[in-house]
Amino acid sequence: MSDLSPSLAPGGAGARAAPRFYLSGAHHPENGTLLGFWLYLMSDCLVFACLFACYGVLGRSYGGGPTGAQLFELPVVAVNTALLLLSSITYGFAVLQMQRRRRAGTLAWLALTGLLGAGFVGIELHEFAHLIHEGAGPQRSAFLSSFFTLVGTHGLHVSFGIVWLVTLMIQVTKHGLSTANRRRLMCLSMFWHFLDVVWIGVFTFVYLMGVLP
Amino acid sequence: MSAPAGSPHRDDHGQGDDHHGEHHDEDGGASHATLKGYLTGFALSVVLTAIPFWLVMGKVLDQPSALALAVLALAAVQIVVHMVYFLHMNAKSEGGWTMLALIFTLVLVVITLSGSLWVMYHLNQNMMPVSTQQMRNMP
Repeated sequence: MSDLSPSLAPGGAGARAAPRFYLSGAHHPENGTLLGFWLYLMSDCLVFACLFACYGVLGRSYGGGPTGAQLFELPVVAVNTALLLLSSITYGFAVLQMQRRRRAGTLAWLALTGLLGAGFVGIELHEFAHLIHEGAGPQRSAFLSSFFTLVGTHGLHVSFGIVWLVTLMIQVTKHGLSTANRRRLMCLSMFWHFLDVVWIGVFTFVYLMGVLP
Repeated sequence: MSAPAGSPHRDDHGQGDDHHGEHHDEDGGASHATLKGYLTGFALSVVLTAIPFWLVMGKVLDQPSALALAVLALAAVQIVVHMVYFLHMNAKSEGGWTMLALIFTLVLVVITLSGSLWVMYHLNQNMMPVSTQQMRNMP
């Protein structure tokens, strides 16, 4: 802090250099955008924590309606989990291609990631439609309300991630792997892997523990 | 918080705020990404996903509470694996600020989850439905 106004202090030699009003020796984060995006992810984590707490409180309040053990189809959930996990590794490959400045490879892996993500959202929507069709919609019981809110919020995140991914694919096609685009791809990478982390909580806490007696 | 001498990206800090990102981008997360890291993380998470599904779907353990604990423990391990191998978390990235934010968030998450469950469990206990017989004898 002591070097805040070093060039102003020697009065006689004031003309020799323009005054500097920033800390020359201060620590900068290596990349402010990525740190800021990480802070956003942490706040998103708090949103999910609230929804998980809500499900944890209400998850056994069936209101005389169907229980998790009756509704959840674990093989479908396993397929969904596999899709999301695979999309994580394909995004990782896209980042590796990006680091080698290979535009075509990056785009190909991004496209595969998007398809896997779309498959995930598709299966989830199908599951939701099936539940609602059976009369187990979000209005049926507190358990189903909290279930649809938690899993739906995660699905919404993945959907917006896909929108972002398509946008970035267009950006990379038009402008190449520029500095800005590489930074954006790294942000989306964090977002995508973060959603996979949240899904670990969902399939464990909601589906696997939901079918236990 | 002095800059490590070995890093070439740190040299022009302070003087060139205009060309932000020109050098920074390859750092900050991406530099840790390697094929080996991703494949290790993927293999670990496949195993850590397969085990809980197998435990529950194959009804391996008899006690539901033991099963729940095992599944939760495996999920915790898998989250750490994802954090390290996919999100490239370590104590040094961004000068330790990401780790600090993560720890702070974890504290809040633990308070939110355990607090909610604890309080609401006790409220549920006190709000247990009573029989009509008990209702009649109430003051």
